[in-house]
Amino acid sequence: MLASLYLSFTNYNLLGQTRWVGLSNYAQILTDDPRFYAAAGVTLKYVMAGVPLQLIFALSIALILNQGLTGLTFYRSLYYLPSLLGSSVAIALLWRQIFGSTGLVNQVLGLFGFTNLPAWIATPEYALDTIILLHVWTFGSPMIIFLAGLRQIPRDLYEAASVDGAGRWTQFWQITLPMLSPVIFFNLVLQMIHSFQSFTQSFVVSGGTGGPVDSTLMYTLYMYHQAFTNFRMGYASAMAWILMLAIGVLTAIAFGTSKYWVHYAGDK
Amino acid sequence: MSAASAQLDDDAGHPSKPLTVKHVLAHIAIIALGLVMLYPVLWMVTSAFKPSQLIFSEPGLWPRQITLENWAQGWMALGIPFSQFFLNSTLIAGLSVIGNLCSCSIAAYAFARLEFHLKPLLFALMLGTIMLPFQVIMVPQYILFQGLGWTNTPLPLVVPKFLAVDSFFVFLLVQFIRGLPRELDDAATVDGCGPLGVFWRIIFPLLRPALAVTAVFTFIWTWNDFLGPLIYLTATENYTVSIALNAFLDSTGTSNWGAMFAMSVLSLVPLFLVFLFAQKQLVQGISTTGLK
Repeated sequence: MLASLYLSFTNYNLLGQTRWVGLSNYAQILTDDPRFYAAAGVTLKYVMAGVPLQLIFALSIALILNQGLTGLTFYRSLYYLPSLLGSSVAIALLWRQIFGSTGLVNQVLGLFGFTNLPAWIATPEYALDTIILLHVWTFGSPMIIFLAGLRQIPRDLYEAASVDGAGRWTQFWQITLPMLSPVIFFNLVLQMIHSFQSFTQSFVVSGGTGGPVDSTLMYTLYMYHQAFTNFRMGYASAMAWILMLAIGVLTAIAFGTSKYWVHYAGDK
Repeated sequence: MSAASAQLDDDAGHPSKPLTVKHVLAHIAIIALGLVMLYPVLWMVTSAFKPSQLIFSEPGLWPRQITLENWAQGWMALGIPFSQFFLNSTLIAGLSVIGNLCSCSIAAYAFARLEFHLKPLLFALMLGTIMLPFQVIMVPQYILFQGLGWTNTPLPLVVPKFLAVDSFFVFLLVQFIRGLPRELDDAATVDGCGPLGVFWRIIFPLLRPALAVTAVFTFIWTWNDFLGPLIYLTATENYTVSIALNAFLDSTGTSNWGAMFAMSVLSLVPLFLVFLFAQKQLVQGISTTGLK
C-alpha cells in the first residue's frame, strides 16, 4: 500500500531507472489527460445509475418475496443465481452477444415489429447502459440482505398502524422504509465501493478497449491499460490513489448524511 | 414496481397464509420475472447445442437441430484442450480455499483470543484494508511478484491466500470466534493445551459454519476472478478458464459463437454445483455479512 503511494510519485516503468517525479503524475492526470476524465465520467455514471437502480430492484423483489409466500427458499435462490454468475466472463460474453446487432434483444424486439434497431453495445449512446443493466441484473445479494432486514421489523408495528387506520402505502413509508434504513445504508455503501472497482464486465463487453469511443472505459480498465499496456506503473499508482480518495470521499458523504435518514432502533 | 410492492408489503414476515388470489398473482409475477431474468442464461445453454449459423436466425429457446459439434470445437479452440484450463482454475481455486481456511482462521484466532504487542493497531490496519480496492495494491504487488520471478505462474494468485490477505474473512472469523464461550478455551488450557492446541482442538471445529462461508465465497470469487489471472498469466497453457474464454473470443472473432457458448456453459458448471450444494451457507453468508 505504501509502496503504491511511493510509486505514484515516480515514473516507474518496470525496466529503466525509477525516478522521483514528485506530483507530476497527479498533475498530468488532472490537467492533461482527457481520457482520465472520460473514464471517471463513465465510472461515475455507472455508479450513480447502476447502484440506485439495483437497490430499488432488490428492495422491490424482497418486498414481494417477503409476504409469506410458499416456496420462498426456491425463489430466493432463483433470483440470486444471476449474482453468482454475473461477475463471470461467460456472462459478460453472453451480454456482448445479446446486445449485439443480431443479438437476442434485437431479435425479440423484432418479433414485436421494431426495425432499424441499433447494435446496442457498439453504439456509444447505449453501450454503457447495457453494462449498467448487467449490474442491475445481479441484484441478488442486496436482495437477500433486504430480506433478512425485513424479517427484523416487528409485526406489531404494522398491526398498530392498521389499527390507527394507516393504509399500506403509508405503512410502507412510515414503517418499512425507516426501519429498513440501516440495511439500505449498508447495501448502498457496499454496492458503491464494489461498483467503483468493476472491471471484468467492461473489459469483456468492450473487448478490452473501453470502446466504442471510450463510452465504456471504466476507471479500472483505463488504469489497467496505463499499468500493463503502457507500463506506466507510477502513473497507474497515482490513478489508484485518486480512485481510493474518491471512494473514501463518497463513503464519508454517505456516512455524514446518514444521520439524517438512517434510523437505528433504540435512538429516538 | 414500487407501488405494487408497497401494496403487497403488508404481509411482511407472516408465516404462510391460506392461498388467496393475491398470492397466486404474486407467484405468477415472481415466476414470470424469474423467467425473463434467466432467459439469457437458458438461451445460452440451448444455443450451445445449435449449429453456429442458426443461433442468430432462430431466437427461440429450443434448437430445431441439435449438434454436439460446438463442444468438440470449443474444447480444442485454443490449441490446448479446455481440460487444461479447468485444471488450472481448479488448482488455483482449490489452493486458495485451503489457504484462506488455514491462514484466515489462525489470524482470526490470534486477533480474537491472544494478547500480543500492537494488537489494536494491527487490527485497525486489517479493518482498513477491507476498504482498500485491489487496484491500489495491484501495481506494487505485480512489481514484487515480478521481482520474485513469479509472473506467469499461479504463485501470485495462490501464495497470498496463505498469508491471510483476505481481511474480510479474517474479520468474519474474528466476529464468530468472539461469540464462542471462553470457558471452552479455559477448560482446554487447564487440561494442558497450548494456544495452538486450543485453536486446533476447540476453536477450529466450532468454526465450521463460518469456515464453510469462507470456503464457498473464496471458491466462487477465485473461479470468477479475471483481473488477477489477466495480469499474471501470459502463457496459454497457464490460463484459467475465465482468461481462456476471453482469449477464445479474441482468437476466433465473432464467428464461432456456438463453440464459445458451449465452453461458457461448461465454465459455469462448477458455480452451479457450488450453488446447489452450498445454498444455505451462501444465503447465510450474504445476509449476515453482506458478502457478494
